[in-house]
Amino acid sequence: MDLALTAWQLSPELVLLVAGLVIMLVDALRPRESDSGWAPYAALAGLAAALVASVSLLGREPDVVLGVLAVDGLSLVAKMLALVAVAIVVLFSGPFMKERASRRGEFYSLLLFATLAISILTGASDIVLVFLGLDFLSIASYVLTGYVRESKRSSEAAIKYFLYGATLSAVMLYGLSLLYGLTGSTSLDGVAAGLAGGSVGNGMILAVLVLVMAGLGFKIAAVPFHQWAPDAYEGASTPVTAFLSLGPKVAGFSVLARFLYFAFPGEVQTNWVALLFALSAVTMTVGNLTAIWQRNIKRLLAYSSIAQAGYLMIGVASLSTGGLVPLLFYLGAYLFANLGAFAVVVAMSRGQSGEDIGDYAGLAQRSPGLALAMLLFLLSLAGIPPLAGFVGKVGLFLSAVDRGLIGLVVIAVVNSVISLYYYLQVVRQMYLLDPQRDEDVAVARPVRATVLVSVVGVVLLGIVPMLLLPLIEQAAGAIIPGS
Amino acid sequence: MELPLLSIIVFSPAVGALIIMALPKHRHNDIKLVAAIASAISCLGSIYAFFTYDTAAGGIQFEEQFAWIPAIGTSYHVGVDGISLPLVLLTGVIIFAGVLVSWVREQRPREFFALLLLLVTGVFGTFVALDLFLLFVFYELAVLPMYLLIGIWGTTRKEYAAMKLTLYLLIGSSIALAGVIVAYVDAGLGTFDLLKLAEAGFEPGLQTLLFLPIFVGFDVLGGLWPFHTWSPDGHVAAPTAVSMLHAGVLMKMGAYSALRVGVLLLPDAAQVWLPWIVILTVINVVYGATVAFAQRDFKYVIGYSSVSHMGYVTMGVATICALGSSPEGAQLGLSGAVMQMFSHGVMTGIFFAVVGLIYRRTHTRQLPELGGLARKLPLVAAAFIIAGLSSMGMPGLSGFVAEFQVLMGTYKAFPLVAILSLIGVVVTAAYILRFTYMVFFGPLKEEFRGLPPISAAEKFALAFMCIFIVGFGIAPGYILQIIHTGVSEFLAAIQ
Repeated sequence: MDLALTAWQLSPELVLLVAGLVIMLVDALRPRESDSGWAPYAALAGLAAALVASVSLLGREPDVVLGVLAVDGLSLVAKMLALVAVAIVVLFSGPFMKERASRRGEFYSLLLFATLAISILTGASDIVLVFLGLDFLSIASYVLTGYVRESKRSSEAAIKYFLYGATLSAVMLYGLSLLYGLTGSTSLDGVAAGLAGGSVGNGMILAVLVLVMAGLGFKIAAVPFHQWAPDAYEGASTPVTAFLSLGPKVAGFSVLARFLYFAFPGEVQTNWVALLFALSAVTMTVGNLTAIWQRNIKRLLAYSSIAQAGYLMIGVASLSTGGLVPLLFYLGAYLFANLGAFAVVVAMSRGQSGEDIGDYAGLAQRSPGLALAMLLFLLSLAGIPPLAGFVGKVGLFLSAVDRGLIGLVVIAVVNSVISLYYYLQVVRQMYLLDPQRDEDVAVARPVRATVLVSVVGVVLLGIVPMLLLPLIEQAAGAIIPGS
Repeated sequence: MELPLLSIIVFSPAVGALIIMALPKHRHNDIKLVAAIASAISCLGSIYAFFTYDTAAGGIQFEEQFAWIPAIGTSYHVGVDGISLPLVLLTGVIIFAGVLVSWVREQRPREFFALLLLLVTGVFGTFVALDLFLLFVFYELAVLPMYLLIGIWGTTRKEYAAMKLTLYLLIGSSIALAGVIVAYVDAGLGTFDLLKLAEAGFEPGLQTLLFLPIFVGFDVLGGLWPFHTWSPDGHVAAPTAVSMLHAGVLMKMGAYSALRVGVLLLPDAAQVWLPWIVILTVINVVYGATVAFAQRDFKYVIGYSSVSHMGYVTMGVATICALGSSPEGAQLGLSGAVMQMFSHGVMTGIFFAVVGLIYRRTHTRQLPELGGLARKLPLVAAAFIIAGLSSMGMPGLSGFVAEFQVLMGTYKAFPLVAILSLIGVVVTAAYILRFTYMVFFGPLKEEFRGLPPISAAEKFALAFMCIFIVGFGIAPGYILQIIHTGVSEFLAAIQ
């Protein structure tokens, strides 16, 4: 084994680990009352280094490191998406966390550890590593959710999230142990080999799939494993909410894609395509219909992100025809729109208030730029051209029709119109109503930068998607099943 | 390199919108000036394109094409033929006049003009797009600003009307999009290019399945009964320039896309379904006119008259299904439909402009409260009467050229339908004459004696639109030549 090569292949994970540890140690050693304004910059530096490390690995022959961690197109692109997302979260969390928590070094080191977990999950090609990664990510997420200790809502959200997550991860573990028992292997292609030849009954495979989907469905907030999401989203501090709406989704969807596509190939596919069809349809419909009634912007975005998970599952269901490209592109489009929306929520919140939709009344007159940005983010989430979400949706629909899932596309189309209704409720507040307050919206510079970056992302990916597509296409072509 | 004329026409308003957004919001005059210049460029460009189109050569002209998203086979492909060219001209005329009649707007003018111009880019784009992906991008770009334009600057029940309109139209277009995606995948060509897909030759079973989602999905915007209910509410709630654009141009976008995408891609299914659609169009014509007659709000009269007149457009399109038995009828009917789109667009532009000018001065739209206004506003009365006579189908005006052809074509294809829709013609004449009298003639009310006269910009806008009604009424030769070229080619393509 070439140690240098292995170290290079693991460099994104190693960088994140070191950065997280350094921040935690420095924070612990510094005097209690000292300012921790340096922490976000250190975290950004760590994330940037990990991003550079991932980019350096692009275009190489796919490989499996230590027999459990794939370094291929899927893992690298997903990793890069997650790193960009977390970097943006760090960027706009600075001013927000400063007002609410005294020692923040710990917060950023936790974020980096969560990112490390995501990074591992994007490449995990062994079911034991999948499970460990998921639990690692979960534990970091629980702590992040309850991070603002003074807030009762925050603690309550963390407890709910934890109870839910612990139960579902146990269920998933049961499913994984069954899978091991049935196939005698923990690696994904070993599992695939064990399942081939029809020695395992379809009923059994379906049972395993349902149990595993419970754990993964929890991560991506798919119905019926979604109930934690609105409470956790509402209770957590907004930067954490933004993280929860993206990080676990990137991880969950890469695991889902790798797991289903490689461990359950061939004729076994019929099982999970039908399962995903059902889950996807239910997830987007429940998410969208429930979002209509929300008055709290974070709850609204929570249900919207549940619905978005439903759209993303279309991409997983049609993996065999469309490949990874539509799925990854949609994740990218979703990333910018969702982060942008949460950055606006951060800009609008004052202390514990400012999260009601009514607080957005007349925003177009108080702060035209912020309102316009929010408008673009919401329309992109709704899949309206010429924004990134539209290109993403058309891509998903094309591969789904190709896979013969016309019914699912029809359901998704109806759903996007429903979603437009509640997104327009926010637009109505911002543009149609008169402001209730007169004071200007003070937007801290890092938050403004986040909003701007997200606007550029949403518009550019909509008008010139070729900026990102070739990269994804090239990467998605270089995929391997596992050791 | 040749000048990209169509791109200039399409994007000049969008560039104007960006410039306006960059201006400080209190500089009202600069904002209006930019809007006027941007729309004038498009308007002049479309007039130039209209008069330099080579009718002898025919086909698609002013074509531009370059790759956009090769991954899904979509390109920026634009061009005009004899069917889309009159609609480009129409859009140019209406947006320029619309900006002029909005000159006095004081409430948040920056956002108003920026959205208005953005919407127009969408409309122009829809008419010139030859790529289906591109078409949807422009189509929805034209629909969404409507929500804000009506919701912010509208009147009567504006929020309800804005939401209803947006949802109706987007449900329609999303269903059409789903249909188009199925067609794209089935064709297996890996391209969204309309002209290539039109040659794919889908099997009849699939065509029958896809036709209703695509045709009706688009024609929701064309005001097809019973999916028209968003339209009167929307038109009435919208501010003047938006009503003009909406009834004048946007509804044509629906009918045009239904024709261009639905019929062109699925000609066999058109033969199956259009005989049923034609029944709906009779209801459009007769029901629209009757309900218009019963209104007391001046703007609702015009709103329902649009529903009624748009019925002729789809009726003319529906004569295509008689292509086999009566090719002459199909040629006449479809030519009439295109002419009606143009003629009704300008006519209803005048109607809404007049209603807007009167409302701004009298602060009422209730018909019984108006009266004798011809004495104070003679030019406005003249413009309204010209448009009114045109909508009644008076020879010498463009409405006659349009409706006569539609009815002749329909008579050859479905005699009973043509006879039934004559009821609509009669009722239209009745309400136009009645309401013209109620608003403009009779004794002038005491409170209206001090009405301010109309401004130069408004005068110019009305006169500009009237030129097209009268000009193409008296000398329809050139526009008909263009339309006939386009229609013949279209019919040849689907045969």
